Amino acid sequence: MKHILSKIVQSILVMFLVSILCFALIKLAPGDPVLTYVQPNMSESYIATLRERLGLTKPLPEQYLLWLGRILHGNFGYSLVNNRPVLQQILERLPATFLLMGVSLVLAVVISIPLGMKCGERPGGALDRFTSAVSYVGISIPNYWFGILLIYLFSVYLGWLPSIGMHSTGNHSLPDLLRHLILPCTVMTYVNAAQFTRYIRSSTITQLSEDYVTVQKAYGTPRRRIMYGNVLKNAILPLITVLGMSLQSLVSGAMICEQVFAWPGTGQLAVTAVTTFDYPLIMGITMMTALMIVVGNLLADLLYTIVDPRIRQAA
Amino acid sequence: MDNHTRKKILAAFRHNPMAIAGTLLILFFALTALLAPWVAGNPNTLDVNARLVAPCAAHPFGTDEMGRDYLARCIYGGRTSLLVGFLSMILSTAIGVAIGSVSGYLGGKTDIVIMRLVDALLSLPTFLIMMVMNAYLSAGIRNVILIIGFLTWMNLARIVRGETLTLKEREYVVYSRISGQKRFRIILRHILPNMMPTIIVSATINVAQAILMESALSFFGLGIVPPTASWGSMLNNAQNRMTTAPWLAIFPGLLILLTVLSFNYVGEFLRKAYDRS
Repeated sequence: MKHILSKIVQSILVMFLVSILCFALIKLAPGDPVLTYVQPNMSESYIATLRERLGLTKPLPEQYLLWLGRILHGNFGYSLVNNRPVLQQILERLPATFLLMGVSLVLAVVISIPLGMKCGERPGGALDRFTSAVSYVGISIPNYWFGILLIYLFSVYLGWLPSIGMHSTGNHSLPDLLRHLILPCTVMTYVNAAQFTRYIRSSTITQLSEDYVTVQKAYGTPRRRIMYGNVLKNAILPLITVLGMSLQSLVSGAMICEQVFAWPGTGQLAVTAVTTFDYPLIMGITMMTALMIVVGNLLADLLYTIVDPRIRQAA
Repeated sequence: MDNHTRKKILAAFRHNPMAIAGTLLILFFALTALLAPWVAGNPNTLDVNARLVAPCAAHPFGTDEMGRDYLARCIYGGRTSLLVGFLSMILSTAIGVAIGSVSGYLGGKTDIVIMRLVDALLSLPTFLIMMVMNAYLSAGIRNVILIIGFLTWMNLARIVRGETLTLKEREYVVYSRISGQKRFRIILRHILPNMMPTIIVSATINVAQAILMESALSFFGLGIVPPTASWGSMLNNAQNRMTTAPWLAIFPGLLILLTVLSFNYVGEFLRKAYDRS
């Protein structure tokens, strides 16, 4: 319990630091923020009042606290480009991102666990060598390039699958959504599964050299029972930590992938925000994404404590 | 690193054809990049009569929409990509090692503060921050190196801190502390040399990561922008011509893949070799 509490306190502290970094990022932006509100017919004194009203004349720490206060009340400000509330825009886009990330993450885990275990069971075997080669390519391939190759092959050349977006115009059926999901999902699943498989493989190898496996073998327990009864449990433990740790690169990967496939998620929104210098939107997305990563890490920690009783006792 | 370890690693290297191939490939790309003015044709010579020529004997990689030889452009692009990858790695390794070792050695409150800051940086969506920074600063090789270097040192800092915590309890470190050596000197002379394997492995893989990041940034039109070309910015230009000139996208991508793959493989090989010896 104490362990869990300290983890939560740490996460809050980290989020606090993230908010300072995020605030600094915007304050470092070139140009005077008031200029975005200025129209040619405004007088000097009106601009000065505007500056005051926007709180830009206050000292930086006070500006930060005011900003933080608004964020904590769910007020992320308004987009400079279309004047819509930032939070609303992000929330609209989140389902698409969650769908893409969720499906590819689940698929990656489902593929990598049995595959990694099979490879770890026979290191150096034909399957292991093949998987190793494929996963090396997976961790080294530029995901956007893999994406455009898939688009070229399956959408342009063969014409089997749609290349961009989430729905065909006017068609919001599930089969249509799934057809749109295949290509971006393939890219993300491949890249993630490549990484996870390598971890599962090496932890399986470590587990198989443990004494308990030798004892089980000596007792004549069937191989399958050892593998899926004992080794599986211990081998997937590190995957929880790896999942938490790779959240950051996962988010970056999703962002790139969404852009390539014009998938209408937060990643695509982020790229648009950066290219149009929409600071409130950039800040909002950065904060929300960081929150997701911090909460994800916290969940991974908690899950680990639940699954592995040794941690609970040690704490 | 002592002689014995070096011998063992060399022996392992000789028995690993893939590691040899990876190293040779890296050397080959690096040499080609260094000697670009002598080995490649002029990447900027326009030939309006030879626009978008498919790969052939005269142009092994074909030509682009302005009739420029794509092989020459790929070689010059590789120059940029490798330079960015290598210099970003040096920057991020230097920061990671410095912060990690100081944080671990000093311990206490300093350590707690630094490590929470590292946690915070690791929770930020890196790629988004890179894009934002890139949009602030003008595009160009120097800024891309700074951005990648300053945003990728955190994982190494964590690892180095962890090793420093173990190493500082060793007797020889305790002895030099008692004998009154300066902290800075202890870190430099007694702690860092003992984690060279970790640093080397991480640096190798870091080059791969930096090349991937630069290419992704440039692919989005940030990072490296014309007239300078990198493999990533060449892909940015190529994606609109996928249907008519697929080679424009295939070659730079393939070169990134091969380079990153080589660095990843050699890095992994070194990790295993060090672990065994």
